[in-house]
Amino acid sequence: MTQRTATQEEAYLAASESFESNGASHDPAWARELRKDALDRFRELGFPTARRGNEEWKYTDVMPIARVPVRLGAADAAATVDAESVAQASLGAAQWPQLVFVNGRYSEALSSVDALPEGVTTVSLAEAMRSTPDLVQPHLARFAGYADNAFTALNTAFLHDGAFVHVARGLRVDDPIRLLFLSTGDGEETVAQPRVLIVAGEESSASVLEAYAGLSEGDHLTNAVTEIVVGAAARLDYYKVQRQPEQAYHVTNTHVAVERDSRFSSVNIDMGGRLTRNNLNLVTLDQDCSCYLTGFYMVTGRQHVDNQVIIDHAKPYTTSRELYKGILDGRSRSVFHGSIIVREGAVKVNANQVDKNLLLSDQAEADTKPAFWIYCDDVKCGHGAACGHMDPTALFYLRSRGLDERTARGLLTRAFLSEVIEGIANETLRGQIDGLVADTLREWLGDVG
Amino acid sequence: MLQITNLHASVGDVEILKGVDLQVNAGEVHAIMGPNGSGKSTLANVLAGNPSFTTTAGDATFEGESLLGMPPEDRARAGLFLCFQHPIEVPGVRLDHFMRAGFNAIRKSKGMDEYDVLKFDRLLNERVDVVEMDRNLTKRSVNEGFSGGEKKRNEVLQMAIFEPKLSILDEPDSGLDVDALRIVADGINQLRRPDNAIILVTHYQRILNYVVPDQVHVLIDGRIVRSGGKELALEVESRGYDHLGRPAEATQASG
Repeated sequence: MTQRTATQEEAYLAASESFESNGASHDPAWARELRKDALDRFRELGFPTARRGNEEWKYTDVMPIARVPVRLGAADAAATVDAESVAQASLGAAQWPQLVFVNGRYSEALSSVDALPEGVTTVSLAEAMRSTPDLVQPHLARFAGYADNAFTALNTAFLHDGAFVHVARGLRVDDPIRLLFLSTGDGEETVAQPRVLIVAGEESSASVLEAYAGLSEGDHLTNAVTEIVVGAAARLDYYKVQRQPEQAYHVTNTHVAVERDSRFSSVNIDMGGRLTRNNLNLVTLDQDCSCYLTGFYMVTGRQHVDNQVIIDHAKPYTTSRELYKGILDGRSRSVFHGSIIVREGAVKVNANQVDKNLLLSDQAEADTKPAFWIYCDDVKCGHGAACGHMDPTALFYLRSRGLDERTARGLLTRAFLSEVIEGIANETLRGQIDGLVADTLREWLGDVG
Repeated sequence: MLQITNLHASVGDVEILKGVDLQVNAGEVHAIMGPNGSGKSTLANVLAGNPSFTTTAGDATFEGESLLGMPPEDRARAGLFLCFQHPIEVPGVRLDHFMRAGFNAIRKSKGMDEYDVLKFDRLLNERVDVVEMDRNLTKRSVNEGFSGGEKKRNEVLQMAIFEPKLSILDEPDSGLDVDALRIVADGINQLRRPDNAIILVTHYQRILNYVVPDQVHVLIDGRIVRSGGKELALEVESRGYDHLGRPAEATQASG
């Protein structure tokens, strides 16, 4: 169903028509209204351009994304995927619950939700919109505004499949709830636009792992939107791990809203993709919340990864810590654009933002740009940014103790990320992520011990 | 054990060592003294293979093999050890893991069995006593947040673990108070053996009260201008370096 028309925007509009009349026609009226509104907005916006003056897209050219033929995931794509491939692409422990999506479409056969405790709802979004609209409708598209974001508008225009995670009030869930998004297509391009809504009830405690992986080569485009609502005094640990094939395009818009006394942490990891753009927006809805936004990216070749993080301290006595680290090899490029907003009256806000990059080659380039918008006097905000090559003295120190150069480089590179990895609260995931980093470095540098 | 002949070395275009000759035999302790910028640290780093320095002429052989062109890890595996003047902080790498990795790399290069964690821990537990170091410190990141004294003790601890044939101690006394100096010096003395040798680079005579050298050499402006017994250090202490060499040139040199 590949369509090539005058402009890519028109192709999406055409695809929307068949989408509305086919699989998504049974969705509730309010969902169809929402889609129509978002489609109109997308039509007006079009894809963003990296032209001068467009600060938000200054360093990232989305033209290659706009050129991916519109080939929306078919429901039967899951039939080509076996349980073994799912297991290989999965992170965490096998007994943890997992929803699996293939090219953006939910696959019940590949998913395993038996281990879910009572009080946790983890279902496909399409089902949740039908069966529990009262839990879904109040939050869906509430924080992920699409008025000025073409990708969010496009995702919302095709809002149908995806995941809905709801943790009941006061419930404590130990094992992370996993959402696995696979792209496949026998070398053909596919477009997946999953939508995720996570609602952590008051005084609940849970963690969610959102993972993206590719089972085949090809110009897959993922345009995902995730909305997270953390209730009062709740704790949510959110992990997002992207390991897409090297030709894949990956765009995500994540919107987090945190209520009073809550604690939210996110670990955002990018280890794949040709072009990755993550927008992470967090807003404090009430006072006394703490937020820890960390992440790392490892890119090589001609990979491009762009993280835009906006923290909106709308309320007083809120704390945020941001720590992103990047390792760049080859001719790769990274962008980190961190904005911190402190609204009027948001006294005693404590915000700190750090982005550090380690360049393993002379051709790699890291752009890091902190921005503060502070409308209140009584606050404490800080930032740090660094881009540099490996310290030759440190390398010499390790080698003088008998370690060969490759091992020394590997050790120092892993050590550079350790600050982020050690912050991963779940021990199983922490070990696996550390292992993935070691594997990647082994690929880049040779055996690193 | 070590034979240095007419060694010249530079950083970038600046020549720092301008013809050093030195012979060190097993069982000996040689002190190298000199004012700031005389080339003491350069000599230590050149011998250990720091790639920031280039040797331009002369030679240095260790047990008959030329060190020139030998990567630093191969020198370490051959039994050479540099005790850093300013030990490097390596956040994210646990000290005990780091030491075991180096220790095993050296053993592996000699075709010897590698130590597993248990066996290495036993060795470590025994050797921390040499420098009166808290074993818990070895579970932290390498040198991260260590005091000046702890960093220096850590260097001597590593020397105790690796048991090198030739240890080059680059100002092991800098930044140490009198108590810390005594602990570090005691540690060094415990590691003195008839089959190994030590080159001790220092600016001051005071550590030589504890670690008594067999020979003292005064390095000024990239050359050894005087060699003698331990009494030479006392002479330097009382009269300074000015009467020994070319102070005007010496102050121009860097490193």
